[in-house]
Amino acid sequence: MTPLLSVEHLSISFTQYDRGTRRRILPAIRDLDLTIDRGQVAAVVGSSGSGKSLLAHGILGILPYNAHMEGTITYDGAPLTPKRAAALRGREIVLVPQSVGYLDPLMKVGPQVGRDKTAVRAVLDRYGLGPETEGLYPFQLSGGMARRVLISTAVAASPALVIADEPTPGLDARAAGRILGHFRELADAGTGVLLITHDLELALTIADKVAVFYAGETVEEAPAGDFDRLEDLRHPYTRALWQALPQHGFRPIPGTQPYPGALPEGCPFAPRCPKCTSECGGDVPYRPLDGGFVRCLHPERGNAS
Amino acid sequence: MAHRLGFAGKKLLRMVLLLLGVSLAAFLLMSASPLDPLQTNVGQAALGTMSQEQIAQLEDYWGVNDPPLERYLGWLTDVLHGDLGTSLLYRVPVTQVLAERLKNSLWLMAAAWVLSGALGLLLGTVAAACRGRWPDRLIRGWCLLISSTPAFWLAILLLMVFSVWLGWLPIGLSAPIGAQASAVTLADRLRHAILPALTLSVTGLANMTLHTREKLCDVLESDYVLFARARGESTRSILWHHGLRNMALPAITLQFGSISEIFGGSVLVEQVFSYQGLGQCAVTAGLGSDLPLLLGVTVVSAALVFGGNLIADLLYGVVDPKIRARVRAYGRKGGA
Ligand code: SF4
Repeated sequence: MTPLLSVEHLSISFTQYDRGTRRRILPAIRDLDLTIDRGQVAAVVGSSGSGKSLLAHGILGILPYNAHMEGTITYDGAPLTPKRAAALRGREIVLVPQSVGYLDPLMKVGPQVGRDKTAVRAVLDRYGLGPETEGLYPFQLSGGMARRVLISTAVAASPALVIADEPTPGLDARAAGRILGHFRELADAGTGVLLITHDLELALTIADKVAVFYAGETVEEAPAGDFDRLEDLRHPYTRALWQALPQHGFRPIPGTQPYPGALPEGCPFAPRCPKCTSECGGDVPYRPLDGGFVRCLHPERGNAS
Repeated sequence: MAHRLGFAGKKLLRMVLLLLGVSLAAFLLMSASPLDPLQTNVGQAALGTMSQEQIAQLEDYWGVNDPPLERYLGWLTDVLHGDLGTSLLYRVPVTQVLAERLKNSLWLMAAAWVLSGALGLLLGTVAAACRGRWPDRLIRGWCLLISSTPAFWLAILLLMVFSVWLGWLPIGLSAPIGAQASAVTLADRLRHAILPALTLSVTGLANMTLHTREKLCDVLESDYVLFARARGESTRSILWHHGLRNMALPAITLQFGSISEIFGGSVLVEQVFSYQGLGQCAVTAGLGSDLPLLLGVTVVSAALVFGGNLIADLLYGVVDPKIRARVRAYGRKGGA
């Protein structure tokens, strides 16, 4: 079966002007690989500000004019060209944005969910939002309500692929769990769901597989089940993320992610990696390993090195 | 409801205070004026041939010897009784002069106001939609050029081109010279108002265009427009559904606030075009030491400007749902 969406060697860079004149290219995403099947929740997990949102914008074809995208995106068996993306977005491929800031502040909720009144009613109903919601303005929505309205905007179109960009910030664990439950439901009904988040713990509650994103690259792709045991994880960064989870001891890794403009040669994780060797300064390919993928010369799993 | 009344009451009180202050300021300025009303209005030569009694009579008429405070209070008492006094220059009630001038000026200002608002909105939208490309640069350049051009200079330029060289439009006045008031047609009025209105609209136009562009660019870079694009909305739909809506609020405030600027501009423009309006009347009254008329003009124009700002405030509440919701919540609390 061909995957619903496959992203290969995706890179997105920005042209910036330093002090007006000096032009420079800022690589926000350098090498991102990912596939999503129908009925699957695939999570892309990376720390905040690592450019994950750009993946969503890249797929939808709504990057800003100074962005440059390379690589291949295939949707439903055919290349997702800008023209095709323009025809599909909002219909087959939909975005669930981060916050109500993505709704027109001066427009009532009802018309923003959709044009067709009965369809709007039905979808709001599905998420437990009464008729009065339609007459509210975005600023009048509470956090949880806002989240459900945002999902409604996506579901109203009966999409095949839902891209959720950080859909739970500012919610407590229970509310966030409920919202994520809605995405699981969608996937169980056959929709592909791409969940972009910084929260590995929450992602694991619904994801079928997880792609870990570090400094512009996917460093590991693993079935969600692999996160049950530390030994099953492949990349040192993924292991570090795992150990930083509250139930695994809350041990943060020292150091910070490199800024896109100041990346080291070779493996970007090298400065923080305990297993770094001199070879890591060279090319590090993304390769399959034990039912997943890893971008590391000395992966932890199976102690291949 | 209680809240609305409170709002209206507060505004009204503020307006009364404003009018008092403005009239007092105009009066003080006039009292401090170095111009001798007798010399300016009667003439040095004529004065020389007059007897002492005649001069005393004239001084009485122009109120030269009355103590200023008494004069102002006298004027104020009359106004409170609904009497704006009699113009010293025209020898008719001030209300009559004002009514006629106001009618002429309103034509002019309304035309300029509508023109600058509508055209500014349109040009600003075009510039924002083509941001960074040549139509945007052209429109912005032009706006900077005209906003740094003095209005009176522009007025003279327009007069030279359209009235003197091309001869298409009249040189001045608000109606054909020598025509009976009853014989003046609407077409005449329009023809006479075209150039002054055009000049007058130009400054506001640049402002409105640049402001619209700025605001619309912000809107187009906002998250909600990004989301609208993600949902497959076309640029036109985005401009129409989200752009206009979010731009309207500040544009309305700016446009009603610009009434004061248009009025200020009209004083100069009416002078250049010898257009018989309120602005010109202010100049005449000021130079001719016609105190009742000047105070009348001042009060009317202050009320006009205040009215513009008031409308902007009120409309703000109508357009902005946040303010509307707050007013409703307040009303519920106040009413209970
Ligand atoms: S490639 Fe080398 S530096 Fe990078 S994660 Fe693997 S072991 Fe560490």
